[in-house]
Formats: sequence, structure tokens, C-alpha cells
Amino acid sequence: MFDFDAGRYALFVWPAYAVTALVFAILILDSLLRARRWRRAVEAAKPEAPQ
Amino acid sequence: MFQALVNPDRFMAFSRWAAPLFGVIALVLAAAGLVLDFQAPPDYQQGYTVHIMFIHVPAAFMSEFVYVCLGVASFLSLVFRHALATAAARAAAPLGAGFTLLALVTGSLWGRPTWGTWWVWDPRLTSVLVLFLFYLGYMALEAAIEDETKAARAAAILALVGLINLPIVHYSVVWWNSLHQGSSLLRAGGPAMPAVYLAPLLLMVFAYMAGFGALWLVRIRGEVWRRRAAVLAMRAAT
Repeated sequence: MFDFDAGRYALFVWPAYAVTALVFAILILDSLLRARRWRRAVEAAKPEAPQ
Repeated sequence: MFQALVNPDRFMAFSRWAAPLFGVIALVLAAAGLVLDFQAPPDYQQGYTVHIMFIHVPAAFMSEFVYVCLGVASFLSLVFRHALATAAARAAAPLGAGFTLLALVTGSLWGRPTWGTWWVWDPRLTSVLVLFLFYLGYMALEAAIEDETKAARAAAILALVGLINLPIVHYSVVWWNSLHQGSSLLRAGGPAMPAVYLAPLLLMVFAYMAGFGALWLVRIRGEVWRRRAAVLAMRAAT
């Protein structure tokens, strides 16, 4: 049975989870976009695709 | 295996399947951890705020673990001047900074209802803040020096100096009187918590580790491509 009733602690618990989700989203997007950007730079400079 | 991965081509072939695999493992572990997390009863002392533990403790653990990875990669980069080690160090720093920021923010959000304060200049909190500053300093120094080789060397030396802070972070709660509680996971005699909290906590720790593994590999791959793009651009220019 799930318990999502944080009661008077909601102001502390949910922001902690929200910040965690936000930081993970930023790290994931930044890592993937950065890798894609440089992969495309290599592909643009070289006709054969890298691994 | 280590020898094989030192070769950039082999590393790229390995990380091509290993990064998504780590990502999937992280998602599965995090989902299982969160299911158990929100089934765990409120703590008899901390009430519902105990749920912050499942995201705070893994972030705090990773802030130190990633710095060890940064230190080892920096050492290998400095001694052997291997491009992959330099790329690994460069790739680890922003991830470590992210985990440390999470540890500080979620710790503050946990501290207010349990200690009655958002922040205190306690040895543990202060040394983790110093750790965060080392990550920022590493990235700033790396970005400030135009010559990549010199930048990597200077940043690697800073990273190695920062290793001194790790035992201070870890043992601060033992060496000094601290508002922060002592270690309840990595302690002599085993973890000091019931299974209902320990299981989701361990799942989340392993989820964070797998997530770091996936993102680290992706960022190292990006670094390898960045260097290849720079080489190709230089060749095209000459």
C-alpha cells in the first residue's frame, strides 16, 4: 500500500523529490545533447560515421 | 578488461552498449526503490521526512564516490597522460557537482524539520560544501586555460589536492561533535536500520551508481568525439 500523505512535512519532502528529478533531468539532457553535438561534428567533418 | 578499454576505439565499442545497459539498470532499480520507498511506514521519530533519506543518502554517497573516480582518472591522466583518463576526469566533474548539489539541497530540506535549521556550519555540512567547491573549481580551472594539455594538468593537480577532503567528509561525524548523525549504512557491525528502510535505500544507492555509470560513459563518448572533431577540423585547416 502506497503512502503519499506527507502531512505537515509535504513542504520539505516533495521539493526534495522535485529538485532531485530536476537535477537528474538536467544531467541526462546535458550529457545526451553534448554527446550528440560532438558526434554530429565528427560526422559532418568525416563522411564515414563513427561508432 | 582495463587494458582493452584504454584503447579509445575499444572503449567506444564497449560504451556503445554498456551506457544504455547501465541506464536501463538504473531505471529498473530506481523504480523498485521508489515502490518500496513509498510503502515504507513513517519513522517513529522523523515521521514522513524519513522519505528524504532515500534520495539524500545516495546523493551524498555518490558525491564522494564520483570524486574518487575523478581523483583516479586525474592521477592516470597526470602520470600516463592518457587521453581517455583526461576525458574520464573531465566527464566526471559535472556529474559529481550535480550529486553534491543534490546532497546539499535535500540535506537542507531534511534538516529544517528534523534539526530546526536549513543550514549550520557543522563539520559534515561544511566539508561537503568544500567538496562542491572543489568540483566547481575543477570545472572553472579546466575551462579557464586555453591550452587543453595545460588545463588538464592543472585541473588534475587540483583534483588530487581535493582528495584530502574526502576522509574529512567521511569521518567528520566521528572526529568532531556534529549535528549531522553518524553513518548508519557504512559502519562497523553493519547497517543500523530495519529492512523496511534498508532495502529501498540500497536499491536507490545502486540506482544512482548505475545512473552515474551510464551518464559517465555517455559524457566520455562525447569527449572522445569532441577531440576527434577538433583533430578533423585541424586536418581540414592545414
